[in-house]
Amino acid sequence: MTTTPPATLEAFLLIGAMLFCLGIYGALTRRNAVAILISIELMLNAANLNLVAFARFVDHSHISGQPFAIFVITVAAAEAAVGLAIVLCVYRNIRHINVDQINLLKW
Amino acid sequence: MMSDPAQLAYLIPLLPLLAFVFLVLAGSVKQWVTGDIRLSDHLAHRVSIGAIFISWLLAIAILVDIVGRHGQTYIHSYPWLQLGASGALGSSAGGLQISFGWMVDPLTALMLIVVTTVTLMVQIFSTGYMAGDVRYPRFFAYLSLFGAAMLALVLANSLLELFIAWELVGLTSYLLIGFWFEKPTAKRAAMKAFLVTRIGDVGLFFGMAYLLSLTGTTDFVGLVIGNPETGALPFRSQGWLEAGIVAGPQIMALKGTVGLGLVALLIFAGSVGKSAQFPLHVWLPDAMEGPTPVSALIHAATMVAAGVYLVARMYPIFDLGGPLTALGATFRPLGLVGLTGAITAVMAAYFAFTQFDIKRVLAYSTISQLGYMMIGLGCGGVYAGVHDPSLGFTSGMFHLMTHAFFKGLLFLGSGAIIYACHHEQDMRRMGGLWKLTPITFWCYLTATLALAGLIPGGLFSKDSILEAAFGYNKLIFAAGVLGAFMTAGYMARQLVMVFAGEYSGGHEHGEHEHGDDGHLPHDPPLTMTVPLIILAVLAVVSGFVGIPGSMKIAGFLKYHALSHPEPAEHAMNWTVTSLGYGAALLGMATGLGSYSLQTRAFAFQTARPTALDWFLYQLSYQKGWFDEIYRATLVRGLFLVSDAAAWMDRWIVDGIVNGLGWLTRQLAFLSALVDRFIVDGLVNLVAVVSRGLGKGFRTVQSGQVQTYLLVATLGAILLIWAVAAGQIGAPTP
Repeated sequence: MTTTPPATLEAFLLIGAMLFCLGIYGALTRRNAVAILISIELMLNAANLNLVAFARFVDHSHISGQPFAIFVITVAAAEAAVGLAIVLCVYRNIRHINVDQINLLKW
Repeated sequence: MMSDPAQLAYLIPLLPLLAFVFLVLAGSVKQWVTGDIRLSDHLAHRVSIGAIFISWLLAIAILVDIVGRHGQTYIHSYPWLQLGASGALGSSAGGLQISFGWMVDPLTALMLIVVTTVTLMVQIFSTGYMAGDVRYPRFFAYLSLFGAAMLALVLANSLLELFIAWELVGLTSYLLIGFWFEKPTAKRAAMKAFLVTRIGDVGLFFGMAYLLSLTGTTDFVGLVIGNPETGALPFRSQGWLEAGIVAGPQIMALKGTVGLGLVALLIFAGSVGKSAQFPLHVWLPDAMEGPTPVSALIHAATMVAAGVYLVARMYPIFDLGGPLTALGATFRPLGLVGLTGAITAVMAAYFAFTQFDIKRVLAYSTISQLGYMMIGLGCGGVYAGVHDPSLGFTSGMFHLMTHAFFKGLLFLGSGAIIYACHHEQDMRRMGGLWKLTPITFWCYLTATLALAGLIPGGLFSKDSILEAAFGYNKLIFAAGVLGAFMTAGYMARQLVMVFAGEYSGGHEHGEHEHGDDGHLPHDPPLTMTVPLIILAVLAVVSGFVGIPGSMKIAGFLKYHALSHPEPAEHAMNWTVTSLGYGAALLGMATGLGSYSLQTRAFAFQTARPTALDWFLYQLSYQKGWFDEIYRATLVRGLFLVSDAAAWMDRWIVDGIVNGLGWLTRQLAFLSALVDRFIVDGLVNLVAVVSRGLGKGFRTVQSGQVQTYLLVATLGAILLIWAVAAGQIGAPTP
């Protein structure tokens, strides 16, 4: 039987960092607003992973990380709902959702 | 109350004043009620004459009362101005006090009777003379105001009060000379009279101020009214007192000082102006432009005599004022009064010879007679060397009284003649009037003889003046005799020209609308002749109070010279009387003899007058060229000064003002430049910089969400790097 390397904090953090970087990359480069929202979900989940990992490895006696992660998930759900609603509205108004062509927040 | 009419003396000026106020205001009230401002002529003269009639009755009562009191004076005064320490009257303890009230002494009583009588007669005469004039009610209002002012003048109990009334009579004189202001000559004459007398009044005012500074009061009581024995009176005396005209303690203390002499000199300047003495006599002949009743009242009988009255009132100051030195000559104030009078008397009589205007002859006669009064006053006093220091005083005032009656009569008579001759004043166009206007002629003849000093009236008063002058200075006496000769002469000429021969006027008076019978003059109506007759009687009767040798008036009007022996029994001076009377007779004879009674022309007219004749004639006819000389020197000088002042004002004062204005404008321009370019520049700079910065930085806000995110990410990375590298944050333990 192959010995699985012990699960370490660093491994979780590494995965979290990778996820976050993917999310950042996606958010910065995608032109589609829905894709950006998805990338944001990635970043949130990277943060969740970090929270849970810290809760598991740094402080056993408390589980303060886990509820925090659940809160983040909840907020992310709400954010997704609002975000998609906005995207829908934008689409109805200008018939596309390419963010590089939307600059209404300009000066 | 009637036992003591002096207590009611204040009513004498008050009633005419009320009449004046009534006549001035009644028009407005009437306009309000009926819409017509013009008062009826009857109402106007009834109110005015009624007021002066009551005043006249009061004046008679006062005169009768005061004659019986033998040298008493009634004083009624209220404190008016009091500044500084209040010393007793007669002490100049740094204080200044002037009272307001009235005073009745024999001098005042005499003036009251003269003024009220003449005013009453003139007002009655005016109802005829002024009938039909458009400003008839106004004429009576002015006459009432004049009466009030003149009576207040003689009742005043301080020099300040007298001065107020003095200016008021000057005002009414101005108003009445210019009564027919449609005539340019009348307008000019009014102004001339006002301005010339004002010159003297300035002197009077300064004299009063100087007197106030010397003695601390201008009240007559204590200065020139006092106990006949000591001169002093108790502090704030009221009621009837044993008092007369005498130098008070303060005047005695200043006796012989130059300061007091200067006071007298300055006060005399006022008299010279008001009484038309040389060299300020030029206004009086021109004042004849006023209506003739005005000439009779103001410019013959009363107001012009106010100057004489003033000298008499301030007599102790004139008497005791110290010697003044001017132009190398030393003189006493009274000596100057006498000298001025002598010059005036002879000069004016000379001018009267050649005038053709009936009123101008009388005007010069008035000036001459006022000069006589001044001679009388000037030739008295303790230094005069006359046996009786009061003689000059008495004779001057005596002549004032008789003159008021006969000269008032002469003027009213001339008014009657002018009225009869359809407002013709040129004597060459009269003549023959003795049978046409007999009443006027006889009255006029009476007055003429009185003026010439041939019958009582002028006879005794002129005689007493000559007697005073004889004792004082032979030169002034000679001038007086010469004046008497000339007076009789020019009056004779006037009599001939007006009354003798045949009436020569009325040929070409188609422009007059007197459409009555045949244009021949006839006596005016009763309202005008009755005053003439009354005045004629008075002119003669008034002379009898001073018959030489008894001089009843001398006991009544008296100047008490302190420390002077009681005068010896008065004896008639036959030398003086015969000289004076002889001169007058000779003058009358010469005057009558020089004129042809038929042609009324000068009988000795030569075909080719010599240069001297011509000069003497022109000297008289042109009135000594006084007007021309004054116009060429004083008036022109004044205009030059005022031109220079105007030039100064325009170019220098205005120049400075304009220069300052210009400078201010230039400075303001500079200030505006600073404001515009420096202050505004700074403000604008801030704005420009802010705008530029904003313009630059706003491009950061591209609106590209991903750009923002990229910047935020880069920032976060930078932050992380900085923390990790220990650049910021707490040092790792």
